[in-house]
Amino acid sequence: MGALLDVSGLNKVYEGSGRRVEAVRDLTFTVESGELVCLVGPSGCGKTTLLKCVGGLLAPTAGQVTLSGRPVSGPPPGMAFVFQEYGRSLFPWMRVGDNVELPLKQKGLSKSRRGELVDDALRSVGLADAAGAYPWQLSGGMQQRVAIARALAYEPEILLMDEPFAAVDAQTRADLEDLVRGLWRERGITILFVTHDIDEAVYLGERVLVLSGSPTVVRERLRIDLPAERDQLHTRVAPRFAELRTHVYEQIQAAKRGTPAPEPSDRIVDVEDRPVDKS
Amino acid sequence: MTRFLLRLAFVVALPLFLLGLWWLASDDSTNPFWPPLRTILTTFPDVWTSERLRADVLPSVLRLSAGYAVAAVAGVAVGTVIGSYRRVRALCEPVLEFLRAIPAPVLIPVIMLFAGIGDTMKITVIASGCVWPILLNTVEGVRAVDPVMAETARSYGITGAARLRNVVLRSASPQIFAGLRQALSIAIILMVISEMFAASNGLGFTIVQFQRGFAVPDMWTGILVLGLLGFALSVVFQLVERRVLGWYHGLRASARRSP
Repeated sequence: MGALLDVSGLNKVYEGSGRRVEAVRDLTFTVESGELVCLVGPSGCGKTTLLKCVGGLLAPTAGQVTLSGRPVSGPPPGMAFVFQEYGRSLFPWMRVGDNVELPLKQKGLSKSRRGELVDDALRSVGLADAAGAYPWQLSGGMQQRVAIARALAYEPEILLMDEPFAAVDAQTRADLEDLVRGLWRERGITILFVTHDIDEAVYLGERVLVLSGSPTVVRERLRIDLPAERDQLHTRVAPRFAELRTHVYEQIQAAKRGTPAPEPSDRIVDVEDRPVDKS
Repeated sequence: MTRFLLRLAFVVALPLFLLGLWWLASDDSTNPFWPPLRTILTTFPDVWTSERLRADVLPSVLRLSAGYAVAAVAGVAVGTVIGSYRRVRALCEPVLEFLRAIPAPVLIPVIMLFAGIGDTMKITVIASGCVWPILLNTVEGVRAVDPVMAETARSYGITGAARLRNVVLRSASPQIFAGLRQALSIAIILMVISEMFAASNGLGFTIVQFQRGFAVPDMWTGILVLGLLGFALSVVFQLVERRVLGWYHGLRASARRSP
């Protein structure tokens, strides 16, 4: 059976004022329904470009993206975006509840159904009583929760998250990571999560795709065999977590230096179990 | 309560001081063109009777409102179109710069040829003068829609009329209001000027009539009425702005608190 999201041969070249920049070279990967996949790569490796191509916000130069078998040519109704810049993604002239509701109005849902979805989404991100506030009255972490609630209420087939926690402080970030993990487990939604933070990718993902430096290709596909039940306290100190993050870190460092990937990049890698150094 | 009184004191202190100054400076004046403020104030109720308010002030205010409304609608509509499309902007910009450089009063004789000397002429003059700040500010505001917000709207399928209403115009509203504020003072000036040319009623007409009839204290009361009218309009404007742009002032205040 076909994957929910299928990205094949994606290439994006920016051309303008005599300069030709190849941001994404050749990207092929799939996301199955119900998966949580993290894309991690060195800073400035074209992650945002790639996600915008996947989301239909940018037209790729070559290659194709399909969602549930339908080619993506513009933003499809089955995708919801969470941007890094929460402060500029929520509309400051609308209250929180209206921000979450606006895309639903556009979908033509009835008033009562919209009300249900908005209440449910805000409750599930822990902001049930913030519907009447303006976004700028909330902290950064809470604003990003609102953006997540807006995406949830939209009931997408897949949720695209573009470095959503890069602009919040470390504690808030840990809370938001657990929120995303929790929502994914409770609701069985499909998430494609882009980040430059290796720990975050390993902590959150069921699979991690390691990207090369720009122009981007997939350097490695890694299955994260940590238990489904994860928490900030124990998972992050588990020996297996350390192994996986070390492995990804090595890959990213190699990507920065530009050394070619050791494995053929279309095979899923399982990091070998190594005896833990007890010294 | 004490805070309210304090604020009230701040608001009225300077006007009272200036009036006092005027009073003292003009008290023993014998210059017929510079009558004592006492004379002006005693003349005031005799001149500005309810009959006169209805016959002269009301038509002026109606012309002003009509011209201002036409300018607001046309300025925002055309400005949105120009601001939304780069090509249209490139096409229109030189023409706009030329047109806005023409002072509106100079158009009065021309507009009179087409629109006669009635209310249409005066409304056209007011509208053609105050459309520019509204239009140019709308263009800038519409152009400056945050790219992340635009992408957000696009990714959630907010397009067409919904995008215009919920995203573009709301995002441009602080700039549009800056234009509307400038336009309001231009509108008052043009109202008076247009009534000084061929007119049979209105504030501008009345003040010029008093002046020509050497009714100097009456003329001064007319100037006071104009000032009061401008003040009242700006208070109304502020009330509307505070309501429509409440979010903007809140956003700015919260940005100042946490840079």
